[in-house]
Amino acid sequence: MNAHPSPARNAASPNLLKSLDYSILQQCIHCGMCLPACPTYAETKQERNSPRGRIALMRAIADDELPLTKAFGEEMAYCLGCLACTTACPAGVNYAELLETARAEVERQGVLASPKRDFFRWLFLRILFTRPRLLRFAGRLLRFWQVGGGQTVFRKLGLPAWLPAGLRPLEPQAPAVQARFSHQLINPVEWPAGVIRHRVVVLTGCVQDLAFSHINRATVDVLLANACEVHTPPVQPCCGSLHAHNGDNASARLLARRLLDQIDPFAFDAILSNAGGCGSHLRAYGHLLHDEPAYAARAAEWSRKLRDIHEYLVEIGFRPPQGPAPGEPLAVTYHESCHLCHGQKISAQPRAILRTIPGMELRECAEAQWCCGSAGLYNFTQPETSARLQERKVGHVLATGASLVATANPGCHLQLENGLRSRVTSAGPSVQVSHPVELLAAAYRAENAANRTQG
Amino acid sequence: METLLSSLITRLGTHNVLTAPEDILPYGFDGTAVLKQRPVAVVFARDAQEVSFVLKLARSHRVPVVTRGSGTGLSGGSVPVAGGLVLCLVKMDRILELDAKNLTLRAEAGVITQQVYDAADAAGLFYPPDPGSMKISTIGGNVAENSGGLRGLKYGVTRDYVIGMEVVLADGSLCWLGGKCVKDVAGYNLRDLFIGSEGTLGVVTQVLLKLLPKPAARQTLLATFAQMDAAAEAVSSIIAARIIPCTLEFLDRKTIHCVEDFAKVGLPRDAGAILLIETDGHPAAVADEAVRIEALCHAHGASSVRRATTAAEAAALATARRSAFSALARLRPTTILEDVTVPRSELAGMIRAVEGIALKHNLNIATFGHFGDGNLHPTILTDERDTAEMHRVELAFADIVDETLKRGGTLTGEHGVGLAKKAFLRRQLGDASYDLLRLVKRALDPDGLLNPGKIFDQAAR
Ligand SMILES: Cc1cc2nc3c(=O)[nH]c(=O)nc-3n(C[C@H](O)[C@H](O)[C@H](O)COP(=O)(O)OP(=O)(O)OC[C@H]3O[C@@H](n4cnc5c(N)ncnc54)[C@H](O)[C@@H]3O)c2cc1C
Ligand code: SF4
Ligand code: SF4
Repeated sequence: MNAHPSPARNAASPNLLKSLDYSILQQCIHCGMCLPACPTYAETKQERNSPRGRIALMRAIADDELPLTKAFGEEMAYCLGCLACTTACPAGVNYAELLETARAEVERQGVLASPKRDFFRWLFLRILFTRPRLLRFAGRLLRFWQVGGGQTVFRKLGLPAWLPAGLRPLEPQAPAVQARFSHQLINPVEWPAGVIRHRVVVLTGCVQDLAFSHINRATVDVLLANACEVHTPPVQPCCGSLHAHNGDNASARLLARRLLDQIDPFAFDAILSNAGGCGSHLRAYGHLLHDEPAYAARAAEWSRKLRDIHEYLVEIGFRPPQGPAPGEPLAVTYHESCHLCHGQKISAQPRAILRTIPGMELRECAEAQWCCGSAGLYNFTQPETSARLQERKVGHVLATGASLVATANPGCHLQLENGLRSRVTSAGPSVQVSHPVELLAAAYRAENAANRTQG
Repeated sequence: METLLSSLITRLGTHNVLTAPEDILPYGFDGTAVLKQRPVAVVFARDAQEVSFVLKLARSHRVPVVTRGSGTGLSGGSVPVAGGLVLCLVKMDRILELDAKNLTLRAEAGVITQQVYDAADAAGLFYPPDPGSMKISTIGGNVAENSGGLRGLKYGVTRDYVIGMEVVLADGSLCWLGGKCVKDVAGYNLRDLFIGSEGTLGVVTQVLLKLLPKPAARQTLLATFAQMDAAAEAVSSIIAARIIPCTLEFLDRKTIHCVEDFAKVGLPRDAGAILLIETDGHPAAVADEAVRIEALCHAHGASSVRRATTAAEAAALATARRSAFSALARLRPTTILEDVTVPRSELAGMIRAVEGIALKHNLNIATFGHFGDGNLHPTILTDERDTAEMHRVELAFADIVDETLKRGGTLTGEHGVGLAKKAFLRRQLGDASYDLLRLVKRALDPDGLLNPGKIFDQAAR
């Protein structure tokens, strides 16, 4: 079946690592300051699994000192892409671009190709995550599966045995699909009650839309509460982050162009993302399309206007909710999505939001910036390492004694929920996972309710 | 070689013997620019017995061994030797004992420096040596390089805290040098011989460190000057006033910019130089010293003196300073860091001389370092692919060495000789002491298999 060749394979084009500006490879002075930040180096203590080692391998390939082997491909796949190394690196090495380029080259040369892998890449990257309506349809099926009795029917027929071995343990980890998706919860344009100060557009994401459409609703609510006119196009193409992070540059560009066709960045004050992983990639559109004349200017404007929701709320001076006096204070801890804190350097703002919520006490957990192991498709491609990172994260979360953990990325959200579910004990109530914006929206609602009863 | 490798695998396991190109290539360099060499294999030892096994086996096969910690060295010390093994100790990472009665800490050589500091700190104690790389450097590497740090002025360097160690000698035998006694004159002080020996005399497998009580108070100050000269005078006046701060670091304008780009701690970008000063000790003494230091800085033209108001702010400033070398890499593709040290009184003149050398050879040189102990880091910002410029770099380095030796200084204050500076060593030491080094090396490593070619080339016998 040749209908689904590995998405980016193309023997004719030049080696991407070689065509990369050499100064990006040379930027690394192999000082090792990034090693203590790297979760995979912490796992193995082997240089190959460290940022410094990976960059050395990439450079050796560009310099013809090493052929691009299967082992190299596996190493690029073993990297979480968490970008903790970029926060740690004083030399400003652009590891994100290095990794994307190396992964694209791995795909181009096809060293990891296998029928099964090709099939899943084709299914995820080329079919599901390029067609928003199809993805929603698949979501519907998944929901039927999860709550509509499908699962029981399927199990009775003994069908799980048909799933590929690698997928079976993941089946219970799949996101719980919402009954209604974003477009059913949010009108294309919504206006605030009072004056309009800002005009913004909200990006609804893919996984966020299927599994956490209520977070998208909450995002719109907090914006409305802060004088924003909110536009939310009902059918949005995937942003392409999954593709770029997995070496499918062509699809990433295609999807960026589609999104730019749909949303005119010149028409808004800000373009908002509430998912760390998407935002990190969305910010890079300017760079991604800089060499496409028809899109370069629009993409540059897009990058200028793109904001993470927390960043934007702090920027416009959001209104702290005036809560009713709470009873017991609620302890919340915050897990930082890698692509929010390392990819976008947004770390203080979500905490600032959590701190304004009446009756909420923010308790820091150890290693808040350490990857939880979700990392895009990582729990699918590297289940063992992913599970160990999940354990480590859940341990730190539980150690705070908080009853809530807030995080701002759907992948992390799922990873935490799944990890916490397996650690529920009879001893105490389980820990809930939430998005900071959801908590803020709830606080505004509580405030309104209180005002109504008073008035 | 095949039998050597299979014996290693049998004893250490496949996970601890790496030979695949993708596995060993990343061990071909340390933190030093330009130098690289691929080893035959990389092996990980998990205890002293395994180290001993590796050394015995290597000896019987006449294969050189380069010991490696985290590979952050800045003189090429852990760069592999052609046809040799790399013996990596990062898996020997246990802290074995914290003796609160004798104020000592015993750790395996692969423990990260920061973890030594943290363990002492958690017990209310203090391990002062804090090289810029402390978050990742190993304590064994620190001992092998006799590393300094930001607190060297008042607290000294690694040597001042190593009171005992376990070493494996070239023939695989294990010995303990030193111990917990504060005073001990039984026999030669061989422990000191191994400190700073750059892996050429033996492999350090355990260290016994002396700890201090944690200072009750600390105060960090950041003084801004329009000119480096003014900063230098302020430093001289502080020392002349009989104040020994724990830290007295300086950054020049280029370094300030790069560090600020990375760390964003509010360094003044318009400054010609800044001094990062920390005083610690009894709260009253700290308060008094801080006031006097501030006054002296102002008297010598400081445009502002900022006091860190929280421990977090002080830590952020120190972390920013520690990133100076790596942050400078933002400017040009290749970053060559020097480590010359002169008597304190010569420092201001030496800094001016480096500026002159940069002009003369048309090079971009940034300078920062440890003002208090005369150790400066002129950092040449260049591009290794530009052969003409690299030639000028060599000439400039030779000039810097000339200037240093003329002023009674040394080639290296803390990074070691390794490969990078060995060409100049005889000139600094003179024939007699240079030959003495070789004599010692020959006595301890007669086959010349431990990190051969580092510090000096062994003369043919
Ligand atoms: C950003 C940066 C900042 C730095 N700042 C400082 C600083 O402020 N002060 C300073 O002094 N240095 C500094 N250094 C240099 C370097 O970090 C130190 O020399 C450090 O001690 C090296 O430790 P390592 O574990 O990386 O050793 P490696 O680089 O792996 O090895 C260094 C040398 O020690 C030998 N060696 C290592 N372990 C052992 C052992 N167990 N037994 C015998 N020999 C051994 C090696 O053979 C080699 O010769 C800095 C380096 C960087 C990259
Ligand atoms: S990526 Fe940055 S921190 Fe890591 S070794 Fe390279 S220069 Fe140093
Ligand atoms: S992206 Fe994460 S896993 Fe990959 S090298 Fe950087 S720190 Fe390590």
